[in-house]
Amino acid sequence: MLERRDFVKGLLADRGDLLVVSGLGSATYDVAAAGDHPLNFYLWGAMGGAAMIGLGLALARPDRRVAVLTGDGDMLMGMGSLATIGVKQPRNLAIVVLDNAHYGETGMQASHTNSGIDLVATALACRFRQAHAVSRIEDTAEVRALLHAGDGPLLVNARISEEDVPRVLPIRDGHAIKQRFIQALNSV
Amino acid sequence: MHTPTTIETSWPDAIFAHFQRAGIRQVGYVPDAGHSRLIALCQADPGIADVVLTTEEEGVGLVAGAALGGQRAALLMQSSGVGNCINMFSLLRNCGFGCVVLVTMRGEFGEFNPWQVPMGTITEEVLRLSGFLAYRIEDADAVDDMVGAACDMAFDGNLQIAILLSQRLIGRKQWTR
Repeated sequence: MLERRDFVKGLLADRGDLLVVSGLGSATYDVAAAGDHPLNFYLWGAMGGAAMIGLGLALARPDRRVAVLTGDGDMLMGMGSLATIGVKQPRNLAIVVLDNAHYGETGMQASHTNSGIDLVATALACRFRQAHAVSRIEDTAEVRALLHAGDGPLLVNARISEEDVPRVLPIRDGHAIKQRFIQALNSV
Repeated sequence: MHTPTTIETSWPDAIFAHFQRAGIRQVGYVPDAGHSRLIALCQADPGIADVVLTTEEEGVGLVAGAALGGQRAALLMQSSGVGNCINMFSLLRNCGFGCVVLVTMRGEFGEFNPWQVPMGTITEEVLRLSGFLAYRIEDADAVDDMVGAACDMAFDGNLQIAILLSQRLIGRKQWTR
């Protein structure tokens, strides 16, 4: 299984002009731990919404790559959005589910993926152009390449370790997160 | 020739004209009879990405993502859909994303289905509690003015604006079959 911090750090290495949306909880901490960046839109709430923010952004900026990094809990809550994304077929959108099969924020209760509910199969059923399951650190470079150039919409389910890691807390002021993202996007 | 039907169906066109004037580029919706003409107008416009949603709360994320990418977005929903959005609305309020939501009302004037009433009767209050400025329209003549003002407030002021299109304006749902 993957160590989440090493994996996310590898995915976001030399990220160039990649636009990143992170789902609430551990995914936001992982993205922050990989290095704060103005083109990170950190969610601290709005559970279930990460993938749809990615869609709105991908439709608005077809010239840029959009990566949504989120947890299994957020993706399960927004499962219908996989169908919505499948209808629109954004070629520039990638979703990485950091799947530890548990709800880390609330005390590590088992999530649906812990019972074998399969988000890769769900994405393919929703007409994603590709979806992959990964669980080895050696896969990191390949997933990173998918974020930058893979034919989307695509989803990668990354089975990460359940190990608890220290929280790395980025800025929390929603207006500030939004504003610096928009300014950075307009200046590149 | 004066045809009442034309008058009754002209309000979606007035809304659409404001979508174009305001430069709205993404429109999220769950299919709805009251919004059917407006949805068709959006679908026919190559400058608008029409995004059919599985649930209205997806549309809230869409609006936020569009705004991050520099595009304006609007949402179309029925009053029942407002209830589906409540927690996701926190995204708009927390970050100050401008948003126009057009709500077709059920559960009021002439409603024959009691299952629509519980949500219909709290829709306006729910929107206000969620941080929206909510304006109710009873008269088709008011649509043009109100939607124009809503677009200006949302996109110039980064406010969350809801327009409630009353069931009397939309017309009673006919159940003849």
